[in-house]
Parts: sequence; C-alpha cells; structure tokens
Amino acid sequence: MTDIPMADVRIDTAVLSTGPKISTSGGGSLRADGVTAWFGKHCIIAGVDMDMPAGSVTSIIGPSGCGKSTFLRTLNRMHELVPSAAMAGEVRLDGVDIYGAGSRPALMRLRIGMVFQKPNPFPTMSIGENVLSGLKLAGIPCRDKAEMTERCLNKAGLWAEVKDRLGAPAGALSGGQQQRLCIARSLAVSPRVLLMDEPCSALDPSSTKRIEETIREISSQVTVVIVTHNMQQAARVSDYTAFFLADKGEPGRIVEFGPTGEIFNAPNDPRTEDYIHGRFG
Amino acid sequence: MSDLGLLVETARPLPQPRVITPGLTTGDKVFRFLAAAAAASVLAILGLVALFLVLEAEPALKVSGLKFLTTFEWNPDGTPAHFGIAALIYGTAMIAFIALVVALPVAVGSALFVNEYAPVRLGRPLVALLDLLAAVPSLIYGMWGLYYLQPHLQGTSRWLTDHLGFIPFFHTTRPVFGSSMFIAGIVVGLMVLPIVASVTREVLSQAPRGVCEAALALGGSRWGMIRSVILPFGRSGIVGAAMLGLGRALGETIAIALILAFNFKITTQILAPGGGSVAGLIANNFGEAGEAQRHALVAAGLALFVITLIVNTVARIIVNRTSKGKMED
Amino acid sequence: MNALPAAALPQPRKVRRNLRELAERPLMILALVGVAMAAIFAITPLSGMVGWALCTYVGFVVADAFDIYRTDGPVVAKDRIATVLVATAGLCTVVPLVLIVVYVVSKGLGGITRSFFTETLESVGPADPATVGGAKHAIIGTVEQVGLATLLATPLGLMTAVHLTQSRGRLARVTRVLVDAMSGIPSIVAGLFIYTMWIVRFHEGFSGLAAAMALSVLMLPTVARTAEEVIKLVPNGLRESSLALGAPEWKTTTRIILPAARSGLVTATVLGVSRIAGETAPLLMTAFGSDAVNTNPWHGPQSALPLFAFQRVRNAIPTQIARGWAGALVLIVLVLALFTLARAAAARGRKVLR
Repeated sequence: MTDIPMADVRIDTAVLSTGPKISTSGGGSLRADGVTAWFGKHCIIAGVDMDMPAGSVTSIIGPSGCGKSTFLRTLNRMHELVPSAAMAGEVRLDGVDIYGAGSRPALMRLRIGMVFQKPNPFPTMSIGENVLSGLKLAGIPCRDKAEMTERCLNKAGLWAEVKDRLGAPAGALSGGQQQRLCIARSLAVSPRVLLMDEPCSALDPSSTKRIEETIREISSQVTVVIVTHNMQQAARVSDYTAFFLADKGEPGRIVEFGPTGEIFNAPNDPRTEDYIHGRFG
Repeated sequence: MSDLGLLVETARPLPQPRVITPGLTTGDKVFRFLAAAAAASVLAILGLVALFLVLEAEPALKVSGLKFLTTFEWNPDGTPAHFGIAALIYGTAMIAFIALVVALPVAVGSALFVNEYAPVRLGRPLVALLDLLAAVPSLIYGMWGLYYLQPHLQGTSRWLTDHLGFIPFFHTTRPVFGSSMFIAGIVVGLMVLPIVASVTREVLSQAPRGVCEAALALGGSRWGMIRSVILPFGRSGIVGAAMLGLGRALGETIAIALILAFNFKITTQILAPGGGSVAGLIANNFGEAGEAQRHALVAAGLALFVITLIVNTVARIIVNRTSKGKMED
Repeated sequence: MNALPAAALPQPRKVRRNLRELAERPLMILALVGVAMAAIFAITPLSGMVGWALCTYVGFVVADAFDIYRTDGPVVAKDRIATVLVATAGLCTVVPLVLIVVYVVSKGLGGITRSFFTETLESVGPADPATVGGAKHAIIGTVEQVGLATLLATPLGLMTAVHLTQSRGRLARVTRVLVDAMSGIPSIVAGLFIYTMWIVRFHEGFSGLAAAMALSVLMLPTVARTAEEVIKLVPNGLRESSLALGAPEWKTTTRIILPAARSGLVTATVLGVSRIAGETAPLLMTAFGSDAVNTNPWHGPQSALPLFAFQRVRNAIPTQIARGWAGALVLIVLVLALFTLARAAAARGRKVLR
C-alpha cells in the first residue's frame, strides 16, 4: 500500500518525489485556517494555514518551542483544557469548523484522536480493556469485542505480541508496546484523523520502526498528522511536511508547507534548508 | 555473565570507602541533641499516655476483667460493680458510621469539584472555607447541632420513620425524635468532612495528568475521565481518607456529649433518643464521678486511645502509600 | 522577513460558553420543575418546605439530564448528572459554615455586653438577667492556658520539625509516623492522660497549668507537621551556601533556615493555637472550671471560654444558656480570626520565599 521502502532510512529523492497520494480512503480532510493560539497573554502560534488532505500523512517539524505541539492540540480541542488557553482561526474537519457553535469538544476528540509523546495506557485496566476503553468512554456499543480488539491490535502491530495475555495489566508492557497499545486504543473508536505528538521520542529505535510501519499501514484509513523532532522520520512516513519556526519572543509561524519531497530536496525558504541540514535548531 | 566486564579489567578489589569525620562543632552537637530530644519527646509522650492510662485503669479492669469488653451496663459504683463498654463501642461505631455516610460522598464530590470542575477563582476560596470549617471548635458544632439542627431535623426524622420505617435503621417505636445517634452522626459528619475532603483532594490531584488527557483525547466526557482514570487511581487513597475521618469521628467528644441522650442498650433505632459513645460518656460522667467510676472511665479512655491509634496509623499508611504511587508513573 | 507586525494578530475566539449561556436553560428547567412540584404539593398530601426543595432538586436533576439526553445521548447526559451532583457537593461544603456562623452570631450577639468582659459569675443567681455577670474569669483562664500551652508546645514542635527535616536516622522515621498518630489522639484522651499523671499520680490539683499541658499534647503534632512542611520549602541552596561559607550547622539552621521560614513558622504556631483554643473536653478533667477569677495558673481550678460555654448551655436556665451562646460567639470569632491570620501569614510567606 505504500511505495516508500521500509528499510530506507536516508532521504531518498526518487522515492519521495512520487508525490502525495490521492485519497480514496476513510480518512477525513483537516484544514487549519489562520490558527492562532495563546496561553494567557503569551501568543504561541500565529496565523497557521495548513491543508491536511484525507488519507495523507502530514508531518510537522521545527525546533523546540516553535509551537508544533500547541498547534497539534488546537486540532482536536485539547488546547482549551489549559485554563488560560485561547485560540483564533478555524479548524475544519471535512469542511465543518470543529470550534463552531454547538460542536461538542468530546465529539470532536472522538473523531480526531491523539497519541501523546509519553505512552499513557490506563494503568488500572488490562490490555484488552485499554483497547476498548475509548468505545466505553464514548458510549459506543460494540457487538463483537474480541473481533474489535484483535483488529485494532493488528492494525497497531501489537496483536502477535499480546494475544495470549489480553487480561494482563497494561503497565506490564514495554514502552514501545505501550505506545502501540495507545495507537490501537485510538483506532478502536474509528477516528477520521489521528494526531501524533512526537510518538516515538520516548522509544528505542526498533520500537520506533514498528510505529512508523504502523503509521504507514493505517494511513489508508485515517488521516495522520505527526509532530516529530526526527527529520528522517518525517521524510520516511509523511506525504506532506510543514516547517514551523518561532523567532525569539515571537509566536511560532509556518515557514514552509508542501509535499515532503519538495521540502526536503528543494525548499523555497533558506531557513528550511538550514534547519534540514542541521545548521540550527 | 558479563563478558564486557572481563574485557575491561580483571577483578581488582575496590577500595574500602574512607571514613569521613563530620567535624561537628560543640554547638552542632548540642543543637543536634536538642532536636533529637524534641523528636524523642513525641515518642515519650505517647508512651506516657499509654503508661498512665494503664496504671489508672488497672483497678477497674481488675474488677471487671475481660467482661469489660462484653458488658452492656455502666454501673461502676454499684455493689457488685457491673460495667463494660460493649454498648458504648457499638454507639461510637454507629455514630462514626453515620458520620462517614454523610461526609464521604460530599467530601469526594467537593474534592472532584475543586480539582476538576471549578475554575481557580472559585476553587481557592472553597478550599479556604473548607479549612475554616475544620477550625470551628467541636463545642460549637455541638451547640449548633443541639439547638439548630435538632429541631430542623424533626420533620425529616418523622418522614424517614413513616415512609422508610421498613428499613430497620429508620424504624422508631415511639414517635420521639432528637438526642439521637442520627443527629449526633450528622453533626460529627460535618466535623470530619473537612479532613476527609482535604486528604481526598490531595490524593486525587496526584492522578497522572497524561492519562487523564488521554481519556479526554479519546472522546471521553469529563465524568468518563473521572470514572476511568481518577477514581480507580485514587481508590485506596479515598479509603485512607475515610479511615482518617473515622479516627476523628471515633474520638469526637463534646458535640456528642451535648446532643446524645445516653442509654446502655444496643439498638438499631438511630432516630430515637439514646445511644452511647465512649468519649461522650467520659465527658458527661467525669465531673460527678466517684473513685470507682473514674477508674472505669479511664479504662474506657484507654480502649478509645488504642482503637483510634490503630485506625489512624493504618489510615496514614494507606494515604502515604497512595501519595508515593504517583512517582512510579 | 515574513513576520507580521504584532498588531495583525486576530482577537481570540470565544471557545467556551460563558456562565450565563450555560446556566440559562438549566435555570429555566429548574423554575419549571419548582412550579410543577409546588402544584403537586398543593393537591397531594405532601407538604413541607424541605420536602419541596428536595423533590425539586431531584426532579431538576432528572429533567435536566433528560433534556440533554434528547439532544446529545446517554454519555453526555451521564456527564451532566455527574456535573450537577459534584457541583452540589462543592456547594454543600460551604452551607454548614454559613449556617453555623450565622446561627452563633444571632444567638450570641445579645449577650455581648460590657459586663460580659468585666464581670464573673461569682455572685450571679439563677434569677438574674443575662446582662448581669460575665465571662471575665473564663477569658483570663483561656488566655493563660492557651499561652502556657503555646510556650510548651512551640519550642518542642519546632525542634521536632528541625530534626525531621535534617536527620535521616531511624528516630526521624519513627517520629514522623508517631506525630501523625499523635495528631489523631482524641482530645478527651489527652485530658485523661494529664489527669491520671499530673493530678492522680503527682497529687497536683486541678489547675490552669494542667489544662495547658493537656492542650500542648494536642498542639504539638499540628505545630511539628506544619513547621516541617514550611522548613522543607526553604531552598536547599540557601543551606548549602551557608555551609560553604564555613558556618557551622547549628548557626546555619538558627540564623539562615529558620529566619527564612519565619512567617511559615508563625503560621504553624497560630494554626496550633487555633486548634486548641476551642478545645473543651480535656479542660473538664484538668482545669475543672470555676465561677470566680483565678489569675494563678499554677494552682486551683480555673475556667476557660469553651468550658464556660459548655457548662452554661448544659444548664436548664435560659439566662445561663444565653451567656453560653455569648461565650460561643466570642470563641468562634477568636478561632476564626486566628485561623485567618495564620492563612494570611502563610500566603505572605510563600510570596517571600519565591
């Protein structure tokens, strides 16, 4: 389903320039329009416009503190959970503003799932319960629980490792397994979009590889937006890449956004080029 | 096993650590000694409490023997003297139980309200008010309970008997209400509410935030997050908080002495006058007590001391363990 | 380069609904349910204000949840019920304090006259009105007993806290557990302890000192625990820099650490005082009570405000009960003032330390 060879960790121009795929899948299209976010008086990001087409993988790169994570959190209304947080602009899921009057945050988060930097399975639940926890939380009935558990764990590439101990506590898994469990948990509610906030930064290289495989597999069914510090990872998994940058004391802004191949091989902005080649950040 | 170790060096014995003299001045030594002595005084006071209570309770315990724990009557001055704390312990436990039934749901609710629902501007003053409630003296709770709450609960008590009388606790033989374990329990419940609430708040605030966010990010409602993350995490801490409240409730004295009409029967009729309480009885009878009765009262106090000490220590251990649990996350 | 000027930032969007919008519909439902319940109460044998309020509340919770259920489904409805119940619990913690303070003020205010502070009960007969006689003797007793207890418990408590924070030995571990255990001692047991030791074994009579000793047993754990928390807040760098300057340990503690934590230590002491000022039970068997002034705390029965109030309200004579309420009012004002003072000192101390 994907035309990027897995083993290739270098940035391969020929492969990347095959361009973004056109979606015919189950993912939703997400569009940010002039997104600006504050914590108290402090403006974190300003005027971010971004189009994340259905079924694509978009990566967001940039140095620390440029507002990548904050931007991601505005995309499923997690941002407003911080008491002093404010935002402006629009985020459209399949054309509908998720901040619109009458839209419920919980419902939006159900459609736009999120995986966090640190794996955070529910410690008091078993592995199987964790997978189904989203359905239970949202009150979605599930007819065949065993089938659902297996399907989601399979998608997250964890089934083979845990199928014999679904009743074991989730805390007993390794960090990489926990993160894949969190992905499985997010997939169980069939989100339209899955946001990932540096999902591999706390993991070892082999777990990272498994999760990258998972991302590519699920991208046919769900639109993925991933924040990462690892530029190779962005090049490997994404169709589009956005480069964020914040000047000192200024809010973070989007410097360049386009097909991943273009951003990595022929960036328009000199700052993008400098960052990609490790000259700063 | 580790072939890496072999590569580096063949085992050369590690040197013994040197002894470093702390080089304390005389002032340091004196100061350290004073601080340690102060700490030891806590130990000494607890030991002395036990010692003197035992010494003074001994004559009474000799008279009654083990029956002290099983006798219902309280007649230490009679011949033969016949007394024990069975009914009192029952009453104490019943009042404490009612108190917890009143206090625990409100405490957990208010803890959740302050932690998860209320904006900071509302939560802070609420916490301050709750602490203030804890500072109100027991005597004032008792007077308020006796003069304000008791008349106002007449109707409620009557209604409970009339409509829920089939539940044994709400059955009342004679329609007389007041001076009951029910009212004493409610007042004591209000008194222990602040401590249960503040410990619960402390414990629940340590639920791992990342997991809470994950529950919300899955599309869970706030209540769903509380049910699936916060309450399971804080369960044992809430138990500990409840036990701390229980310890306070068991030792509550003046409010109960003012409200309760003492009798020495075990009854499930909590709405009717009557009931017992170890601490309340001591406060009530001490002034007019003769020699024999005083020994008996001290013996009752000793029992109370032992019970509250056990309950409190176990509660603290549970609470502290929950607080430590957060670091493993 | 492409950085826009700051003025170009848009206005924040209103994401959360404000209180007015949130409350509008529920309030309407509440009013409807209230009227409906009033109608039901009018035509059925149900009666009583409390009953009506309770039924209205339950009716509101159900109706409100159903209203949400129709539009948003069961999960949101459950969330709504939980929100209403939790908010009610939050409110419930405020109600008793308000009720108690208002009631004590209304009952006690009438008894607060000049004579309450200047006269005793020595020559007061049962027929005298409440304006005759006062609690001068009790006020003197409380001041002396609480003062002595503070003198006993504060140094011990502070030094215990110093040991708890600076030593990692076995004694410190054991003491920490025991201080917690001690804070759970029922106040009546503290009274019994001093009674059995001081009065029975040592053959000293009832006195203010005995009361002070019982109170200090209750005050010690409060002071020690609060002071420990406060001393822990002092930045470790302060201690290390003093030691690095060559100051001996005891000077570092007494000249650097304790002064840095000063306002917090004041809080610890005042919290301890507010805990014991209203204690009644231990005084019954230590100070015993008296109707006349006894300024000598070392010898002879003494009264105290809580004891005064307790003994008055147990009396069947209305004028005595009125005096008791006046005593209760003075007591609650005193305790709440002390407590507020402690909180204010704590708030200022935190600001200084940060």
